[in-house]
Amino acid sequence: MFGKLSWAAVPLDQPIPMIASGVVALGIFGVMALVVLKGWLPYLWREWITSVDHKRIGVMYTLLAMVMLLRGFSDAILMRSQQALAFQSPGYLPPEHYDQIFSAHGTLMIFFVAMPFVIGLMNFVVPLQLGARDVAFPTLNSVSFWLTATGALLVNISLVVGEFARTGWLPYPPLSEIAYSPGVGVDYYLWALQISGVGTLLSGVNLVTTVLKIHAPGMTYMRMPMFCWTTLASNLLIVAAFPILTATLAMLLLDRYLGFHFFTNEAGGNVMMFMNLIWAWGHPEVYILILPAFGIFSEIIPTFSGKPLFGYRSMVAATMVICILAFMVWLHHFFTMGAGADVNGIFAVTTMIIAVPTGVKVFNWLFTMFGGRIVYSVPMLWSLGFIVTFVIGGMTGVLLAVPPADFVLHNSLFLVAHFHNVIIGGVLFGSFAGYTYWFPKAFGFRLHDRLGRAAFWFWIVGFYLAFMPLYVLGLMGMTRRMQHYDVPEWHPWLIAAAAGAALILCGIMLQVAQLVVSIRHRESLRDETGDPWNGRSLEWATSSPPPAFNFAILPNVEGEDAYWGIKQHARDQAHSNEEPEYEDIEMPANTPTGVICAFFATFMGFALIWHIWWLVIVGGIGAYATFVVFAWRNETEYKIDADEVAKIDRAHRRAIRAHSDAALASS
Amino acid sequence: MSGHHSTAGMDPNHIGHAGGSGPPSHAARAAGSKRVIAGYGFWIFLLSDIIMFAAFFASYAVLTDATAKGPSGRDLFDLHGVAWETACLLLSSFTSGIATIGVWARRKSWFYGGMAVTFVLGATFLGLELREFTSLVARDAGPSRSAFLSAFFTLVGCHGLHVTAGLLWLLTMMAQVWAKGFRPDILRRVLCFSLFWHALDIVWVALFSVVYLMGAGR
Repeated sequence: MFGKLSWAAVPLDQPIPMIASGVVALGIFGVMALVVLKGWLPYLWREWITSVDHKRIGVMYTLLAMVMLLRGFSDAILMRSQQALAFQSPGYLPPEHYDQIFSAHGTLMIFFVAMPFVIGLMNFVVPLQLGARDVAFPTLNSVSFWLTATGALLVNISLVVGEFARTGWLPYPPLSEIAYSPGVGVDYYLWALQISGVGTLLSGVNLVTTVLKIHAPGMTYMRMPMFCWTTLASNLLIVAAFPILTATLAMLLLDRYLGFHFFTNEAGGNVMMFMNLIWAWGHPEVYILILPAFGIFSEIIPTFSGKPLFGYRSMVAATMVICILAFMVWLHHFFTMGAGADVNGIFAVTTMIIAVPTGVKVFNWLFTMFGGRIVYSVPMLWSLGFIVTFVIGGMTGVLLAVPPADFVLHNSLFLVAHFHNVIIGGVLFGSFAGYTYWFPKAFGFRLHDRLGRAAFWFWIVGFYLAFMPLYVLGLMGMTRRMQHYDVPEWHPWLIAAAAGAALILCGIMLQVAQLVVSIRHRESLRDETGDPWNGRSLEWATSSPPPAFNFAILPNVEGEDAYWGIKQHARDQAHSNEEPEYEDIEMPANTPTGVICAFFATFMGFALIWHIWWLVIVGGIGAYATFVVFAWRNETEYKIDADEVAKIDRAHRRAIRAHSDAALASS
Repeated sequence: MSGHHSTAGMDPNHIGHAGGSGPPSHAARAAGSKRVIAGYGFWIFLLSDIIMFAAFFASYAVLTDATAKGPSGRDLFDLHGVAWETACLLLSSFTSGIATIGVWARRKSWFYGGMAVTFVLGATFLGLELREFTSLVARDAGPSRSAFLSAFFTLVGCHGLHVTAGLLWLLTMMAQVWAKGFRPDILRRVLCFSLFWHALDIVWVALFSVVYLMGAGR
């Protein structure tokens, strides 16, 4: 009846996972109880859970990422403290648990923190920047989000029911084969990623179509803000790379479930094929993550330098070159696995070449700041921290791209330091910068400034203290993923790294405090005009938060930096009271399709992991039935009357006028 | 809606375009109608699907000689049966084209007829494929016999699963047209279905050549 599932799957005898999951469960039930008791559930269901509005879906993606960041970071704290303690001692985490922690840490941070963070920001911002009312396929967008949430949920269920993979964040065979990992851990990993991977792929299709096909009049490709370009590049990579991941994980699943021989040691299986396939996805994946971050910095740096982006066209070219080269470097992830000198040499060269367009971008950002009036706001602090940190991480990457050096540094903490250097210093700093920058647009009030600054300084100092010692340890020969060690020279560096993690913890707590304080003081932090930073692109042309339809009248774009041009024009003409003619607007109606589909997908995934075959069938039929019911709807759009549009737009215009009158009076 | 530029002075913030006709629908369509956008998005999806097939093709190419002292394609493939499969599938593309023409002409009889024949041909294809699979398993040449056979069953089976999904989709579309008529959103779905069905044909042509013809000729 319940397949492999029994009470033995719940690790009642292990205190750490039970306490951790108890805290998580208490948190979830606490929030749910609050929502139900306060009577918020109908509102949440109507306005958020079933929403197909790209802004709300973007916010939910970002929220998912931040919650999962807490989970992934608690894994990091466990690992750092274990390594600080485990000098000539077993520490406090047994090896089988420690292995699950580093696997879950990597999986969560890449797939359920970094990915939803950047996808959330792209979802929220890109239609606004393009001057569109929504993405190309709003309902599909909701399905994508909820499938991603399903994947995150499955990974977290593994904390309580069963176990997680002990194979690292990429399940290399033959270790991940059924012979060596007979438990459900790898199955949790595989099904969580297959289900959320469908969501990611669909959101890639959606955003590519949006950027290429849907814009305001006059918004030609070469007038799009940089963030739209990097979104395009990133989502093209999603569309081209994620199917490879799906195929690869499907092969591993077939090996594990049906006795196939893709990657086994027997019957002709080929382990190296897994390495090639997984990194043919895996290397583009790092550009999927970093390109949107590059786009975010390309929006923030011009805004706070008071200048247009330097070298817009070269920035577009560099982005698209990275998009193509991303597929030509995958082999540098396994130089040591015997491809031979010639092949290694070619991939070393392509890897070094891809540093060139990245360098172009760095110089463009520096020249954008050069001669500008720089405002050291919190988003700008993250951007500056990024430039310095990312350049260091990029250079250690070029070091690792030299095959002879890689033979020494491979699989060491030097590598761990390198990719944290680029992913924290690049993707995470970029996400935090974007979060601070666009928060007022999403909610209508700014985030508290001083707490934001404090969080930044704790983060960046903590980052250097936590990861620079890992470079040293790597050079001293310490390999990654060690549960305990006996080398006295390593010990002080690992204690330093643990102290760095503690500083980062302070940074995260300050960010939580910042959110709470900002919500409580939202009246004094209110963004009245919709343009709190004196922005340059169209998202700042509408109110904060924007109405469901984004723009009362679609803006006309007549050059790069669309909103900057509009503002200049308005200033030249002084103020006139004439209004445009408002028209009725049709918007897609909300639908629970996404969340119901994900509900069935969750059961299906869980049933597949535990071999509960009847539930797999029920889940599959349920998901199909959900789509049929959706397809049978008669009312797919609702109309917003011109009067209503006019009312909303007039309020926004009044706010802008009041603000500029006040500015004139004070000057 | 493209190409409208505002008459200056209409609007203090210069936001807006004069002379738009009809209510603007939910997304600004500078570059095309809903139909174009749906088709475009579905093309992007099909390309990603083809990349997934490419990964399976690549794994088949790598493992084609990894027979583990078991049978190879030369010993197993029956080109006669495969030729019938190919005929069914290619013909079904033609009949699905007829169904599309029926949609254009708003002739339900042509649509139902074309779709029904497409279904029969697709189901025959699947039946032939299943017969091949069961006979292979019966001859101790199932997917766990060798890496070569794992890759073979996965690649061909993945295409077969796509055909199965396509048949389910086909029936759903017939039911939708029967219940709702030729509504614009249903027409877009029919368009996407026919794109999907033709794409499966293209994949089959590659599969037929790379797996069966090259395999039998070795």
